[in-house]
Amino acid sequence: MDSRRRAPVIGPKVRQVGFVTPNADSPGEGVMEKEAGNLTTNSPTPVTIAPTRPVIEIPHSLKADPVAVPSPSHRRGNEVDIPSAPTASYNPNDSVLDGSSLPSSKGGSTINDVYGSLVSESVAESSPLGRPTGSTVGAFAERVKQKTSDSAIGSAVIDGGVASGKPGKGSKANNRGIPALSSSDAKSSEAPADGSKPLKERTSKAERRAKQEADRAAKLAGKGTGGGAGGDPNAQTKNSKGKKDNAPEKKSVQAPEKKGSDKSSENQKKKEVPAPRLQFDDKERVAKSKRRSLVEQTETKNRVELFRHLPQFVYGTQLPSLEAKFFQDDAMHPHPAVYQVGLQYLTGDIVGGNARCVAMLMALRSMIIDYETPPEKTLVRDLVTRTNNHVNFLITCRPLSISMGNAIRLLKAKIAKLDPSLPEAEAKASLIADIDTFMLEKIVFADKEIVKHAVTKIRDGDVVLTHGYSSVVEMILVRAKEMGKKFRVVVIDSRPKLEGRRLLRSLLSKDIHCTYTHTNAVPYIMQEVTRVFLGAASVLANGTVYARVGTACVAMVAHSCGVPVMICCETYKFHERVQLDSITSNELGDPDALVKVAGRKESALEGWADNEHLQLLNLTYDATPADYVSMIITELGMVPPTSVPVILREYRKEPAV
Amino acid sequence: MIAANPIELAVGNMVRRVLHIIREEDVSLTSSAIPGVSVESDDDESDSKSSYSAAAIAAANRSALRAPSLHNLLESIPDPVKTPEAPAASVGDSDSKSRSGDRNSVSWKLKHNVIEGITELLQDLDDYHTHVAEQALEHIHQNEVILTLGRSRSLLKFLLEAKKKRSFQVVVAEGAPRYQGHTLAKELAEKGLQTTVITDSAVFAMISRVNMVIIGAHAVMANGGVLAPVGMHMVALAARRHAVPFVVLAGVHKLCPQYPHKPYTLLNDMKSPAEVVEFGELSECFAAGTGDHTTYVVNPTFDYIPPDLVSIFITDTGGHNPSYVYRLIAEYYSPEDYFLQ
Repeated sequence: MDSRRRAPVIGPKVRQVGFVTPNADSPGEGVMEKEAGNLTTNSPTPVTIAPTRPVIEIPHSLKADPVAVPSPSHRRGNEVDIPSAPTASYNPNDSVLDGSSLPSSKGGSTINDVYGSLVSESVAESSPLGRPTGSTVGAFAERVKQKTSDSAIGSAVIDGGVASGKPGKGSKANNRGIPALSSSDAKSSEAPADGSKPLKERTSKAERRAKQEADRAAKLAGKGTGGGAGGDPNAQTKNSKGKKDNAPEKKSVQAPEKKGSDKSSENQKKKEVPAPRLQFDDKERVAKSKRRSLVEQTETKNRVELFRHLPQFVYGTQLPSLEAKFFQDDAMHPHPAVYQVGLQYLTGDIVGGNARCVAMLMALRSMIIDYETPPEKTLVRDLVTRTNNHVNFLITCRPLSISMGNAIRLLKAKIAKLDPSLPEAEAKASLIADIDTFMLEKIVFADKEIVKHAVTKIRDGDVVLTHGYSSVVEMILVRAKEMGKKFRVVVIDSRPKLEGRRLLRSLLSKDIHCTYTHTNAVPYIMQEVTRVFLGAASVLANGTVYARVGTACVAMVAHSCGVPVMICCETYKFHERVQLDSITSNELGDPDALVKVAGRKESALEGWADNEHLQLLNLTYDATPADYVSMIITELGMVPPTSVPVILREYRKEPAV
Repeated sequence: MIAANPIELAVGNMVRRVLHIIREEDVSLTSSAIPGVSVESDDDESDSKSSYSAAAIAAANRSALRAPSLHNLLESIPDPVKTPEAPAASVGDSDSKSRSGDRNSVSWKLKHNVIEGITELLQDLDDYHTHVAEQALEHIHQNEVILTLGRSRSLLKFLLEAKKKRSFQVVVAEGAPRYQGHTLAKELAEKGLQTTVITDSAVFAMISRVNMVIIGAHAVMANGGVLAPVGMHMVALAARRHAVPFVVLAGVHKLCPQYPHKPYTLLNDMKSPAEVVEFGELSECFAAGTGDHTTYVVNPTFDYIPPDLVSIFITDTGGHNPSYVYRLIAEYYSPEDYFLQ
């Protein structure tokens, strides 16, 4: 039926990715909706123009052809591509930018999806970026766009964006993102290959395509693409990203089987927009993206299958290229403060949810202080674009933590709410005040409150166990010592980061009696322990605690020994998404960090990358089930894990600080 | 020997096995000649009385009873036989053989049987890897993901045996502080098994995608509890949480008739803290404080896994439930030997 429908409408350029129902009501959509919902919100990117640019570049989608085929072969192709996809998404500038603008339907959609998802994944381990991008500003832009003929494009973009939802569900996401924008070529090429589902997409895509072409032409005439090139790609990327998130409205449901197409869509996207993503099978694109990307990253050779939805780069390759490009005068270049923070993330100088969030906010604050609205642009939109650019850059350095993602979302919401008639200086001052208030209220004062509550739980004679390094737990223990309580601490450390040593050092300097050991010995030492205090990167809506890897093991053993487990977490770190295990969303660290064993000259794992049967996995986070947690100590009080969604709903209704 | 390294329970086990063999053989011999047994034994005793010292005579008197003391039984057998070590046993064999001429026929038969039993025991010790590995195909199936921690020889053979017919993946946790997981992963990957190395802290994260956990045990206690390298208890808890079968590979020689009363303290071996923290690091940390308190660095070697966390034991005699272990113990050990001096 699809073919019949599309016959009159569609041109050869229209490419369908995934399956799209005419009214975008395909069952896949439901899933996509969910995913989009995950992304939250419709985070349409404020940039309006984005879609056109990518559209122009779509024609290259020749590559997409082979990839577009929805058949299993296509999928296989995707599988191959996928590793690169994740990588691509991580190039913040490129990935975000390109991803959003990736219209290439075929692979595009998948790429977009993967892209988007990756970005979201990295952003805050849960699409915070996708969301922040969208939030109110995005929605606003979205609405504006919808009214114009861009809507078709927008939806396309959105589809792509939406796809980003959950990379894990990969194909689905990809399909979504791409279909809309995918170049007509891709579409056409894909169309035949796709099954009935794609046919549906094609139909809608064809319509959108027609609109897009018209818009594109108009836009090209209207704006100088050259001048806005810097901003545009970014904007577009953001736009597409946002659109992706908003895809639900029009989204063409990409069949989940489009996994393969993800890759192709990524390829597609690359062509349309400065392609930052590295696609291994597309040498041309790889080269292109390398030329354009701000950061050079090479993917690791041996990737763990289970984690193909997460990007993984060879660490250490990013720094040289970052340094080299520092002095390039590029419109896309980030503000020096942001650059510095990015480098600090990259090298691991700044770790920890609070520290990273504060550093980022301070950097964005200086960026805003130095910001000047360029002519012919509104402060609101341009600033959001600028912020997105910078955030993308930070993502390249290191995926965003959930705390950072939430902060960005709030910041963007604040920007979006600015009164357009305000003069620039006032607007900037108000934003800076907002940032300061956020940091003060949500982090500094919140920590003080948490400490106040938590020290009441430490009594004389207690043996307190903690894992890794958490700034809040350190404050609690130091405060308890100052209050004169007699207790001792057990510090558990885990490889490869060995963050516990940092805590050990600071506790010893306060003369707290400490015991130090590694994660394996936890059941042994748990017999002596009376309390467990743990920090968290985030607490999710189903009560799952998302924290440094090893926390789940400690909580599990404590639970089996009947020791109460207390999580100390500020409310700004809470997040609406849900997660059941540690695989669906995580951050992959440098696998080479596992090779080196302290105190030994050689390791048995030297040269592991040469052996295709051997993979190293270095997870950064893990998800602790809610039933292991006795209570969560927040600045609002001590609550059970089941209260987290209540707090999210009641206290975070508005993005207002 | 046992006093030298109490945690090596296999030593005690072997002693007990030998003792058990001796007792068994003696019981079977004495029971096979019931009508004339008392007469014969008396004869033996009288013979031996003439050749041995007074102490031996007293022992011989005791041996007239149905439950002869071990000392008595083995009087005529040279000491080396008593030690469980393989080379010593073989020496003992030859010794006893050389002296067989001096014994009378019944003692000779006893010794002969005992020697046979010990030889069998030695063979079992050498072969148990193979017997355990033979059962691999029953348990590992196509496209499974197996999780393990550290390294175990029987595990290595087990997995390689299964690899011959089935293709599956292995996730190996490092096994701090010895990091033997690295060695195992390298060996498996070289043989062509898809292996992934993870840190011990990531076990809970990965176990949701794992089909089975297989480990090698250091010792199996009388209640079915397992002494394993440190970290296994955590793996066992995580496996139970995710309903993943927890399989323990153990040769019968690892079966120990003792009950673990306080396993973490009594059946453990504390190693040097240097394996956990380098001296330089720790001294830096100390420098930060005034040093009022001592800082402990804990480095236990073994973990105790309670029997309810274990799904099955795979031994060279087949698969067994933890609740069946006590029967195996009754089969291989005599109750009198449970407490060795």
